[in-house]
Amino acid sequence: MNVLVVLIPVSLVLGGLGLLAFLWTVRSGQYDDDQGNAARILLDDEPPV
Amino acid sequence: MTAACPACAGAPLASDAAGGGGLQFSLPTIHCAACIGKIERGLAAVSGVAEARVNLSLKRLTVTGPVPAEAVQDAVEGLGYDIYPLDAAVMAGGRDKAGRDLLTRMAVAGFAMMNVMLLSVAVWSGAADATRDLFHLISALIAVPVVAYSGQPFFRNGWNALSVGKLNMDVPISLAILLATGMSVLESVSGGANAYFDAALPLPFFLLTGRSRASQTRSARRSPPTELAALEVNTAERLDGQGRRQTIPCSQIAIGDTILVPSGARVPVDGSLASGAGLMDRSFLTGESAAVGVEAGALLQAGEVNLSAPITLTVTAVGEDTTLRRMAAMVETAENGRNSYTALADRAAQIYAPVVHLLALAAFVGWVWATGDIRHSLNIAIAVLIITCPCALGLAVPAVTTAAISRLFAAGYLVKHATALERLAEVDHAVFDKTGTLTQPAIIVPDHMTADDRGVGLALAQLSNHPMSRALAAELADATPAQLEHVEEVAGQGVQAQWNGTHVMLGRGAWLGAQFGGFGLRIADKINAIEAPEALREGVAEALAALDIPAEVVTGDASQAALDFAAKVQLPVISDTRPEDKLARLDALKSEGLTVLMVGDGLNDTAALAAAHASIAPARALEASRSAADVIILGDSLAKLPMVLRVARATRRLSKQNFAIAAVYNMIAIPIALAGFATPLAAALAMSLSSITVIVNSQRLRGLS
Repeated sequence: MNVLVVLIPVSLVLGGLGLLAFLWTVRSGQYDDDQGNAARILLDDEPPV
Repeated sequence: MTAACPACAGAPLASDAAGGGGLQFSLPTIHCAACIGKIERGLAAVSGVAEARVNLSLKRLTVTGPVPAEAVQDAVEGLGYDIYPLDAAVMAGGRDKAGRDLLTRMAVAGFAMMNVMLLSVAVWSGAADATRDLFHLISALIAVPVVAYSGQPFFRNGWNALSVGKLNMDVPISLAILLATGMSVLESVSGGANAYFDAALPLPFFLLTGRSRASQTRSARRSPPTELAALEVNTAERLDGQGRRQTIPCSQIAIGDTILVPSGARVPVDGSLASGAGLMDRSFLTGESAAVGVEAGALLQAGEVNLSAPITLTVTAVGEDTTLRRMAAMVETAENGRNSYTALADRAAQIYAPVVHLLALAAFVGWVWATGDIRHSLNIAIAVLIITCPCALGLAVPAVTTAAISRLFAAGYLVKHATALERLAEVDHAVFDKTGTLTQPAIIVPDHMTADDRGVGLALAQLSNHPMSRALAAELADATPAQLEHVEEVAGQGVQAQWNGTHVMLGRGAWLGAQFGGFGLRIADKINAIEAPEALREGVAEALAALDIPAEVVTGDASQAALDFAAKVQLPVISDTRPEDKLARLDALKSEGLTVLMVGDGLNDTAALAAAHASIAPARALEASRSAADVIILGDSLAKLPMVLRVARATRRLSKQNFAIAAVYNMIAIPIALAGFATPLAAALAMSLSSITVIVNSQRLRGLS
């Protein structure tokens, strides 16, 4: 059972990384327009100015 | 898409409007990637636009950079999309912050829940002794800070309700979260077998998911009284005894002063007209689009716009006594009445919370009396609290409303108020405003007009502020305006000018020397009548036909126009009403025991919109009316109005079903908990199963047509 001493912190750290990534996506406004983001991949690149 | 441009830092217009948030517009008709690309690229070409960003989920456009709102509106209209300005400060700040906050708290709760679940599975499958205690302690380390953070919205709401002596759903929820966590910590520290972390964490997670979805579908509102105040003028031109003109703040105007109102300006205070005849735009007070001719001695109200030559008036009311201020006060009173409405969920909580809390207390007292073991009794009492599914109850209403709000949004209706759907479900009588809501002026340009005629018409129409002229100018927008000389506006009659040596006139039929009473264009001796019938707005006929509650029309228009209209729509019409009269009519209906739905758009409807049990306004309505309304019609068509009522009623029905489902779970779970057989696994199962059933049941709303 000693392996738990390693495995539990590992699972917590990995989960924590996922949480941090999610928090970053929230902060950078990636959930503000879910339908728009789905549609935007269909747009061509902006023509060079 | 450019990032923030350095040059915009000091830009005055869009960038300052919302403290950097930019100008906000509603785009009700966009629906696809092509629309986004077209609008964003089109706006990039407009001078002064730093960044234009379309939000498809909210059907909204944000523009930053030193560009006036009108330029953006013109550009987007030119691309063929409907566009309405929104209140930037509220839209930009309100939703995003609250929505992101909920999303963050939800993510943290979700993270903790998954990790604690992993550890709990081990405990459920038989981990014992030191391993179980270690897992419980790790769970406690994860759960305590997370509950403290993610539970805050519930604790705050619950405390707010308790501190004013009320009960809402957040009180039992907070209590369940806190007690489950507290007891589980004690159990973990003392090496006990039952820790309920796996029940304490899903509770905030599921509920926060529901709330963040709900906040995404609803937008913030702003108080209408402040909107009304914004229509006031701050300075006035006073004429002293010698006829000298001085500019003074409105607060210094005294009754009896003589005030000059320039062409195109708003009347600052109430007063009687001292100069000769004038022409006023009272559309904001009466909703009537036609300008009103006034004679000397007529009473003018603050907020009216002077369309004629400069006029003077003798002040009769200032400050709090002006019509505008009294209207703002009226709206405020009406609003307060509505805020006291108790939502379905809170009414359920008022029954549910005392029952459950008494039950838990009874369980505790009963077990202490039977066994004398205080710790075991406390465990059972808390198990009762946890297992009675506050989660399903907390989700019962939000899950349905969220589905209903997105359903209505897809159909072009924006629901603004949290309890709007519940109140809409209760209405049994509808009151409509006429002008602007059911009808719109339609200018019919005769087919036989030549290109020259049209050019002259456009040039003349552009010169006047009269609503009719503005409508004509919009209708003739594709013509080339003619070059005019010696332009003159004749108050109350029309505009005249010289065009290539010919005398041209646009205005009232009688003034043109024609036989008809309406509106016309005269070029030399040729007179074109321009008809401006009041056309029913799109979808009104269908909506009225499908409406299953009695309806009536209350309008500020004169009686003849109203009678003609009544014959057209087959509804009772009350004409010649002032804002107070509309409010009085609503009160009269209320005292007959009816719950009234108000549909209106003008400033004259604002008080009625705020006072009605529920209210709907078109997106074209004045800002103040839109703020007072519960539901905004984003598109142009009223055709789906009956659907709004159907969805609202389905929402109420499904919410009640959800409460029934939660009650059934409780009827099974409570005896088990009371008997002391509830395990943490049973609690987690009951909570998840009941929540999922409730959510699935709510999705049935999406199939409603």
